[in-house]
Amino acid sequence: MMHALNRRALLLEGARDTVPMLVGAAPFGVIFGTLAIAAGLSPATALGMSVLVFAGSSQFIGVSLIGAGTALPVLWLTTFVVNLRHALYSATLLPYARDWPLRWRWPLAFWLTDETFAVVEHRFRTKGTDGGQWYWLASSLAMYGNWLFWTMVGVSLGQSLPGLATLGLDFAMGATFAAIVAPQLKHRPALGAALAASAVAMLARGLPYKLDLMLAAVVGVTTGLLLEQWQKDKEQTA
Amino acid sequence: MNHWLAIGGMMLLTVLIRASFLVFGQRLAFPDWLNRALHYVPAAVLSALVVPMALAPAGTVDISLHNAYLPGIIVAALVAWKSGKTLLAIVVSFVVYGVWRWGLGL
Repeated sequence: MMHALNRRALLLEGARDTVPMLVGAAPFGVIFGTLAIAAGLSPATALGMSVLVFAGSSQFIGVSLIGAGTALPVLWLTTFVVNLRHALYSATLLPYARDWPLRWRWPLAFWLTDETFAVVEHRFRTKGTDGGQWYWLASSLAMYGNWLFWTMVGVSLGQSLPGLATLGLDFAMGATFAAIVAPQLKHRPALGAALAASAVAMLARGLPYKLDLMLAAVVGVTTGLLLEQWQKDKEQTA
Repeated sequence: MNHWLAIGGMMLLTVLIRASFLVFGQRLAFPDWLNRALHYVPAAVLSALVVPMALAPAGTVDISLHNAYLPGIIVAALVAWKSGKTLLAIVVSFVVYGVWRWGLGL
């Protein structure tokens, strides 16, 4: 049985490791709130979307499609494509969470974002999963509370703060992703995966529906696998 | 259009994708190659998120002194690589980014 103090430490740690992500996501929450009002959503539905959907990119696209009067099947299909990358995260984290009860896996799945995936996967890979559900929960709740709070700020402002988008707070997110990924690149196949994914992401950037990210992930992962296989073959013949 | 209906559908799709493996995949035994492939997901996805931000923060490629993202993110990666300390890397990179962006008057 886990000690209560230990649990609190895990919760604190999960929240603390997520702080840069909160800074990075804040402006997007505000911008989402203002965009939603501008697209004709009521304050309740704007906030409701953050409460129920909780997926930044698809919420942005969602409100612009709603504002343009797009048919529901198109809106839903777009949501599906934009969020498809989360299936990759879900699969990557499954080996760690396989034996946890459903009352843990359902809510943690609901709150799974790019940011929490990055933080939690890093923690599990480097420090193991002991008590990891508390760490994961704290990261999720921090991201969720942050998103709801800043959505509310955006909704109540009803207009964008001048210069907020160009303030560059998203750097916090980028720096965290970079710090998490860099130490992994000491292994040759992972380095290859990263380089291939980066190249594809640069070439395909601007593709709609986050397809650039999906494409980069697939090419990167395939490159990593091939390099690993190639390394193994070389060792065997040597 | 009924906005709540629109949101309800978005919620259902999003949560089902996120739950796909975590909730419904419990009994799935991944083939060996897939297990190995999943190890590369973080390196691939995070690089694909970071590199365009560093090289083209506003959408077009910007390799100039005005792009504070580039030195900031390079420093974050280097410090993390050398020290293995994520938090340290983030703090140092933030200082570099801040000074570059607001301190140098470029």
